[in-house]
Amino acid sequence: MKNEWPLWEVFIRGQHGLSHRHVGSLHAPDAETAIRNARDVYTRRNEGVSIWVAEAAHIAASTPGDKGPYYDPSQSKVYRHPTFFDIPDEVGSM
Amino acid sequence: MYAQMIKTARAGIKTRDEMSDLERDFQDKIDRDIKIEPRDWMPDDYRATLIRQIGQHAHSEVVGQLPEGNWITRAPTLERKAILLAKVQDEAGHGLYLYSAAETLGESRDELTRLLHEGKMKYSSIFNYPTLNWADMGAVGWLVDGAAIVNQVALQRTSYGPYARAMVRICKEESFHARQGYHAMMKMAFGTPEQKAMAQSALDRLWFPSIMMFGPSDAESTHSEQSMAWKIKVKSNDELRQQYIDQTVPQIEYLGLDLPDPSLKWNEETGHYDYGEPDWSEFFDVIKGNGPCNVDRLRNRVKAWEDGAWVRDGLMAHARKKAAAKVAAQ
Ligand SMILES: [Fe+2]
Ligand SMILES: [Fe+2]
Repeated sequence: MKNEWPLWEVFIRGQHGLSHRHVGSLHAPDAETAIRNARDVYTRRNEGVSIWVAEAAHIAASTPGDKGPYYDPSQSKVYRHPTFFDIPDEVGSM
Repeated sequence: MYAQMIKTARAGIKTRDEMSDLERDFQDKIDRDIKIEPRDWMPDDYRATLIRQIGQHAHSEVVGQLPEGNWITRAPTLERKAILLAKVQDEAGHGLYLYSAAETLGESRDELTRLLHEGKMKYSSIFNYPTLNWADMGAVGWLVDGAAIVNQVALQRTSYGPYARAMVRICKEESFHARQGYHAMMKMAFGTPEQKAMAQSALDRLWFPSIMMFGPSDAESTHSEQSMAWKIKVKSNDELRQQYIDQTVPQIEYLGLDLPDPSLKWNEETGHYDYGEPDWSEFFDVIKGNGPCNVDRLRNRVKAWEDGAWVRDGLMAHARKKAAAKVAAQ
């Protein structure tokens, strides 16, 4: 049996009120150890107040080939942006 | 540097006409400074070259712990000991960031480790020199990490996203390394005559090995061209070396130490310091495995890996057992 520890992706909440952000990855035998190791590797200088880990093998991702079909259509929908609408100054801030 | 003499997987550069459509798109992205990400298409040679470079960089961070680890138990004060421990721990983290970046290219960390242990991959030549006195700890942080910073700051703009991001993290931590080293050096250089002599000895011994870290002159490095075109390498060896020397000489002068090379002179015309060529035959000899500490360093790495095997295997077996019990209970 292959004995390399599985890979975990590490997400850190930098400050209270912010969302968790991907910061890197590490190997660990289980989730508990992954969190402990993430503490040692990724938060030695006050970088975080909370840690999530997820086994890399369980993360699903879109493929680079989807880029066109996925994101191009949103470029033609300029009316989704507030700047599309001219509102007279007299109306006040909106 | 931490990655030296990296052989680009192919010789020469393809012209645009010789490129396939995929290769042309890829080169266009690089030219427009769009980062390449793990699942993007990339030429096999780009992938192979990156694995070699990032792998060697990672090995250097890890092996680089040994010359400093040598002094942890003998640091002169508890504060210096804590600082050195923190610094060496950072280097382990740097190794991890870099192995992780290499893994996104499909090369496992265990495989890279195996290649290192079998002598099929290298680490930086600098870590094959011994650290003989306490001032060497100052000089290593100041000169060796200082050289690494020059290289790594440039690499923050490298074309492969995970490698560039690892460099950003590493650079944030490196200035602590250089500053703690220079601070220790100041203590020694401004101390008793004996301390000052130790500082001078450290500088004299580590100067040429440090400027050799950037690798031989570009005129001689046959593999730079493709790596530059792919922006795996961002600046030439000579450019980085000059930048390093220009910033370091005034720091030597501040310490009141003698210059380690009589050829070091300010050149009004070029606006840079002239310097003496290091002995490149020594460099190639060290790279080949004949430096003062090559055998020792590798033996220690292999021993640490083998001695730790039962811990790695035991924890994995325990995790599997726990996972199986959880499934059975459901
Ligand atoms: Fe480092
Ligand atoms: Fe460092």
